Amino acid sequence: MTRYLERIGSNTLWFLEDLGRMGSFLVFGLGGVFKRPFRFSAMVRQIRLIGANSFWVIFFIAGFTGMVLGLQGYYTLRKFGSEGALGSAVSLTLIRELGPVLTALMVTGRAGSAMCAEIGIMRNSEQLDALECMAIDPFRYLITPKFLATIISVPILTLFFNVIGIFGGFLAGCGLLGVNPGAYWSGMEQSVVNQDINMGIIKSFVFALLIVWVCAGRGYFVHIIRGAGFGAEGVSKVTTQAVVLSSIAILVWDYLLTAILL
Amino acid sequence: MSQAVIEFKDVVKSFGQQTILDRVNLTINAGKTTVIAGPSGQGKSVTMKLILGLLRPDSGQILVGGQDISRMRSKALNGIRTKFGVLFQGSALLDSLSVFENVALPLEERTRLVGEEIREQVLAILAQLGLTGHEDKYPAQLSGGMRKRVGLARALMLHPEIMLFDEPTTGLDPEKSLEIYHLFLETQKKFGYTSIIVSHDIPKIFNLADQVILVNKGKFTTFASPEDIQQSDLPEIQAFVQNTMGNIYLSREME
Repeated sequence: MTRYLERIGSNTLWFLEDLGRMGSFLVFGLGGVFKRPFRFSAMVRQIRLIGANSFWVIFFIAGFTGMVLGLQGYYTLRKFGSEGALGSAVSLTLIRELGPVLTALMVTGRAGSAMCAEIGIMRNSEQLDALECMAIDPFRYLITPKFLATIISVPILTLFFNVIGIFGGFLAGCGLLGVNPGAYWSGMEQSVVNQDINMGIIKSFVFALLIVWVCAGRGYFVHIIRGAGFGAEGVSKVTTQAVVLSSIAILVWDYLLTAILL
Repeated sequence: MSQAVIEFKDVVKSFGQQTILDRVNLTINAGKTTVIAGPSGQGKSVTMKLILGLLRPDSGQILVGGQDISRMRSKALNGIRTKFGVLFQGSALLDSLSVFENVALPLEERTRLVGEEIREQVLAILAQLGLTGHEDKYPAQLSGGMRKRVGLARALMLHPEIMLFDEPTTGLDPEKSLEIYHLFLETQKKFGYTSIIVSHDIPKIFNLADQVILVNKGKFTTFASPEDIQQSDLPEIQAFVQNTMGNIYLSREME
């Protein structure tokens, strides 16, 4: 019984410690923006790695998601004789929900995992210690450019996702199943309002922050995360953990934000 | 008597239940070479991280140039760190940067030098350490010994007052180890830094030492010279001498 209580106690303490660590990581990561000299070229490079290099993945995922929505939407709406509402159904689903969520999940898998592993390896091979010893702030040098690049890239990728997805829906609905193109576009135009677009953008900002916070943070603390192990195994476990945690966080926050913003 | 650059006063450091440093007192003098030796897991690396302010002690004071760094804020600590150059065990080169970029990094980040000035200084130090022609290689393309040399070049870039060497010869063959020791002697003569060497390479490493600190179970014992270690009456030191040096102790002249 005491052992059981001891375990609960120690786990709670560790959880609080971890929360504090991650909290300060977030503050320092964002605070690096105000430290000089700002590493603009590093940020641009990260935008290429995280954002531009994710474009084709986003292109295919968005295209097929839109086409599936077109198909499913068409057969459901046809039962009620309202195939004309296909444009509005596809675009609203994408702009409000699927665009931000799927983009964030794809970026987590593609760039978040890479970010976590890279920082974890740098930690294990004393590269982060070396930076500190040279009096180079690792946050300003390494972490902050990743924070900014993710926060800039994810909303832009989300916008691409939405546009490509809407064309995917158009291709399936109008190209293959014969929905009237005019009805598709005008349905979209009438139903989508600014509030929907804002909601999607706010979500994508929040998701971007969650991705970079969780993934970079787990990598940064690879040496002290309990149960992660050491060396290559530690990095691999922490990377898996980062992807899982950040995916869960995205879906939980998606619910919360929808509840608040709707 | 030379001036103390680093002093530990009653320093205690524990991790969880385990006390690694138990009320440690030590003094490192300017311009001298201090070797910290002892079995693994006894606090040698922790001592190094404490000196650099990467870890903070639970209690006690750590004075660097007379200033207590144990409670110092990070900005002031960064100022202190510019006095130090560190050669890490695994060299700790940034593996996404080339040799040139690694060595140029301290100049780019810590000075106002630009372009051609940086290039000149980097190429000069690379030439001194026999690395000319390897500027564009990446750390993964270099041998262990060469990586150490690049690490040394990077550490010396800002002319540190104090150089820390963490296991400088671990993982190198005897020939390469000797090469690193020669480089060490050459660069120390040229730059005049105070050096602290954490090493397992006993007894060879003692040939470089002006002072030796033996670490054993959280206790630090300072010896004025390697010969003093052999003549110590303390039973644990005698045991250590027997285990590590045996009868093959080499005199300074033999190297």
